[in-house]
Amino acid sequence: MKKIEAIIQPFKLEEVKEALKQVGLDGMTVSEVRGHGRQQGHKEVYRGHEYNVDYLPKIKLEIVLPDNRLEETVRALSGAARTGKLGDGKIFVFPVEEAIRIRNNDRGEGAL
Amino acid sequence: MKRVFLAVCLATFLSATWAGAQVAATPAIPDPAAAKIAELEAKIAAAQSAGDNAWLLTSSALVLMMTGPGLALFYGGLVRRKNVLATMMQSFILMGVVTVLWAIVGYSLAFSEGTPFVGSLKYAFLNGVGLEPNADYAATVPHQTYMIFQLMFAIITPALITGAFAERMRFSAMLLFMILWSLVVYAPLAHMVWGKGGFLNAFLGGKIPTFDFAGGTVVHISSGVSALVCALYLGKRHGYPQQPMKPHSVVLSAIGACLLWVGWFGFNAGSAVGASGLATSAFVNTHFAAAAAALGWSIAEKIKNGKASVLGAITGCVAGLVAITPASGFVKPIPALIIGLLAGLICFFAVAVLKAKLGYDDSLDAFGVHGVGGTLGALITGVFATNAINNALKDPSGHAIALGLADGNAGQILNQLWGALISWGLAVVGTLIILKVVDLTVGLRVSKDEEIEGLDLTQHGEEAYNLEG
Repeated sequence: MKKIEAIIQPFKLEEVKEALKQVGLDGMTVSEVRGHGRQQGHKEVYRGHEYNVDYLPKIKLEIVLPDNRLEETVRALSGAARTGKLGDGKIFVFPVEEAIRIRNNDRGEGAL
Repeated sequence: MKRVFLAVCLATFLSATWAGAQVAATPAIPDPAAAKIAELEAKIAAAQSAGDNAWLLTSSALVLMMTGPGLALFYGGLVRRKNVLATMMQSFILMGVVTVLWAIVGYSLAFSEGTPFVGSLKYAFLNGVGLEPNADYAATVPHQTYMIFQLMFAIITPALITGAFAERMRFSAMLLFMILWSLVVYAPLAHMVWGKGGFLNAFLGGKIPTFDFAGGTVVHISSGVSALVCALYLGKRHGYPQQPMKPHSVVLSAIGACLLWVGWFGFNAGSAVGASGLATSAFVNTHFAAAAAALGWSIAEKIKNGKASVLGAITGCVAGLVAITPASGFVKPIPALIIGLLAGLICFFAVAVLKAKLGYDDSLDAFGVHGVGGTLGALITGVFATNAINNALKDPSGHAIALGLADGNAGQILNQLWGALISWGLAVVGTLIILKVVDLTVGLRVSKDEEIEGLDLTQHGEEAYNLEG
């Protein structure tokens, strides 16, 4: 099993969700996060006081899936999330040791 | 046609005089015409009283709205999310504290006759403050209407100061400070400027006749200057200015500022204490100054930072409302536009340039907006005040006297300067003494740990935005 952790632009979430549905993916976890890679932050001024805002709003997707589904999922995800500009985000892939469905204690790929 | 009319008038006048002479000669017989006139006069007086009272009660509610949602939201949005409830509470609780204080002794100290500097205890517990009008202050409305209208000013004034010590003062210390401040600074200053026999009262026998229509000195200089003293005495917030302390919601502040703008019509136009032409004049001036000041601040910001911000526009609007407050019942509409524009530009400079240079932490700019805007307004009232708008002051022959430079009375600017200086002096000295007393008794600041954790949790045991809620 593998876990995909993807950081994407917030406005790309709908497209990514649709693309993942197309390749038959059932579940994912989504959170609102802040951060930055090479993309520059911006300046905000409140009553003359300047703030450099480095941490920009992003969406983090977490998906756990069987090894054989990895490639097409990553391809669909990165295709849908891409604009070609700085700030499009990153995809990280990790090995997963175990998965357990809480409802009935199913284990392994059967729990996904 | 004109001649016929004149002849009719003359005949009417002669017959009336004749009838009057007859009545004088035989007072025992009641004259139905005189009785009718008296009855009509009473009806006219009742009608005027109804109109004036309706407007003044409405205005009182509008001024309370400035504190309740208005200032609480304006300030609440400017602090970090861990302090928003504590900041709103500082405004809200004053609606309770000052009201009780006002009923017991506050109104009496401000508005009963006493020395030129403070009132007496004549109206303590509202003794003698009933539904009969008080002719000195407002001849056409119940005395209690005037009392409750003035109470709303006494509530918002200390609430304005809370902007200076936001995010770091103990709740108990803030309560004690405000009680003492209301008695030691607000009541005497209100008495001097608006009370009968007050030292600065131009209309009721003051030594230095100062024009302050709705509270440039009493409300804005007093609160703004006291705010500066508080900011300097308490010191900076932990981490200021290195750590980011962005407003947590400019949305809340924008709603608050709009409520302040609307509430200010009660503040200024209500200060005409009647539904009169003077009230219209103050209403128009208030609106014009707010509009021009919002533009003034935005233009200055656009030039300096490249962008006109929402926070800038709403802060400018409030600065304009502050500056027009003393002038609102004395000046014409175009000078009101000029006053607003100047307030927007000058207060922008005070907040965005001067504060950073001087390095004090007036968290929400109570001084930069109210102290600076209030002083500007007090002085400039002496320039533009004209008897074409306000003719309440008459010389012995019954002619309206010259008010400001606009009427050729340049000396009034000096009177205004005196009024501003006395307000500054009382605010500085009074606030310093009160801060010292509160510091030695309950302690002014929360601990560093409490400040980092936030006042909402440490002072009130609540959080504003509950994820699990």
